[in-house]
Amino acid sequence: MTKKILAYIDHFHGKAQSSSWEALGLAAVIAKDLGGEAAALVLGEGVNALAESAFHYGADQVLLADNPVLKEFRPEPLADMIAQAAKEYQPDLILFPTTSRGRTLAGMAAVDLDTGVMVDVIALDWTGGEITATRPIYAGKLMAKLTCSTTPQIITLRTRAFDKPEPDTSRSGSITYLDVGVDTDAVATAISSLQEKGGGVSLSDASVIVSGGRGVALNPSLEPPGDLDEEAADIWKAEQGFALVQGLADVLGAAVGASRAAVDAKYIEYEHQVGQTGKVVSPDLYIACGVSGAIQHLAGMRSSKVIVAINKDPDAPIFNFARFGLVGDMHAILPPLTEALKEYLAG
Amino acid sequence: MKIIVCVKQVPDTAATMTVDNGAISWGDAPLIINPWDEFAVEAALNLAADQGGEVIALCLGKEGETEAIKHALAMGADSAVMVSDPALKGADNVAASKVLAAAIQKIGDAGMVLFGQQSVDTDTGLLPVQVARLLKWPSLTLVSKFESVNPGDGKIQVLRSMEEASQVVDSDLPAVVSVTKDYGEPRYPSFMGIRKASKAEFPIWSLADLGIDPPSSTIGWPEVSEPVQKDVVTEIIEGDTPEEKAKSLVEKLIAEKVL
Repeated sequence: MTKKILAYIDHFHGKAQSSSWEALGLAAVIAKDLGGEAAALVLGEGVNALAESAFHYGADQVLLADNPVLKEFRPEPLADMIAQAAKEYQPDLILFPTTSRGRTLAGMAAVDLDTGVMVDVIALDWTGGEITATRPIYAGKLMAKLTCSTTPQIITLRTRAFDKPEPDTSRSGSITYLDVGVDTDAVATAISSLQEKGGGVSLSDASVIVSGGRGVALNPSLEPPGDLDEEAADIWKAEQGFALVQGLADVLGAAVGASRAAVDAKYIEYEHQVGQTGKVVSPDLYIACGVSGAIQHLAGMRSSKVIVAINKDPDAPIFNFARFGLVGDMHAILPPLTEALKEYLAG
Repeated sequence: MKIIVCVKQVPDTAATMTVDNGAISWGDAPLIINPWDEFAVEAALNLAADQGGEVIALCLGKEGETEAIKHALAMGADSAVMVSDPALKGADNVAASKVLAAAIQKIGDAGMVLFGQQSVDTDTGLLPVQVARLLKWPSLTLVSKFESVNPGDGKIQVLRSMEEASQVVDSDLPAVVSVTKDYGEPRYPSFMGIRKASKAEFPIWSLADLGIDPPSSTIGWPEVSEPVQKDVVTEIIEGDTPEEKAKSLVEKLIAEKVL
């Protein structure tokens, strides 16, 4: 019987990943349904404000450790604290967001607590307190139902698969402070510097994604500067194409995606790749520009709510998955599309 | 330095996956090395070339699942070990990690264990961190760059990526590292490499060889299914000019309430 649910609040320097609140929101829903309670686990340095937010997002209580040793993401001391919190609180279920950190810490917690972990879950059934989780495998080509026979059960939730609750600022509760016994010198890793990433909307969080494929480099009316060799000229053309993709994304507040073909051709960095060896995404709106729709790409985006395909080739497989298809040259269509959307959104 | 790189055999990413009577099928699609693992093998080969040392490919799988090992050997790995045991059927991540950790200890004296960031079949990405936790070694996940490696001092510095930033991490060795695609293009196996790999012999260790009992699995898979296909009715947006098409699409998107 699931009664006590602990949600791990993943954050970077006190700024929570929005999927942390999705996890806490789900914890509160399950707790309410089963007559149990939802707790949030907040680990870091200077993270009292996160505890407050956790109450707003549905926590009945917060377990908190505030210590310099936990300031930067280092899996070992954080996993030690999670194991300690689990031993003190005795949760039946621990929910993590499937962020890079959440995945790592959930895996380590399963080892420490002698249990299993169900990763990247998109649906959960808790009828009668028995948990069955559904997760995509083979990048969503198949779905698997999972159960776990030991407690605590550990689950990581795919970003955007569960609703983020509306914060209720009238809620509060009690904070339990955890003792931090970890000594900095005993930790085998140290963070010597950080390279912050540039702005831009992250693919996993985005509700709208505009992505580009090989077609970004195929603008017939562009003449690259004469001193470029063939590969450099190709990349130069692709950059002009991705500038159009970015322009549309900016108007929509969207993230920029790419096919593997575009990444392998060095048109754009790997962090933009959508598909089986990139990110699996599920936005409300996915606009594919010059993407033919290889099976590996489709696996990574076809659960999007509405797919728009813009492609010169009317036989491109992407059209079979699109709600709206636009047969034509993306280079001709994106500028007026961007203008028209800008006008509409400006009201 | 002895570097162990863990590899896995998976169906080709172009495969259409189906479920027949509860069993997963990839039709006649070829079996390949997990694409993420190629980056780990590439990193292992470069580290061994720079530091001096050997690269050992380690694979846990059913007997005969040798594509990943053969590919790693063809790329240039010095030797390989396969771990296979009928008792591992249905093993979950924690169980698989315990077996890999035991194999790493039996190989002995590794300075580093490398993994791909995840496998393209079960997509969990858990093995690197779980193996590290079991060995009580630091886990350095999602590494795109080795800034410096000093096996003599037992130190390594890597670039680890997260959602908001990348960290430059100093760590003690031995450590477990998962390598991302950002590390750089893996090499193609050479003709000579492929010939060598096809003739290579490698030990196949059972759980008895590792001296461990079958680890228990707590995760069950009661059901695997093909995803319910949404019935998508594709509407082709018509128009004489790009401007007309663009305008028409915006109207449709507004009606669909996705803006």
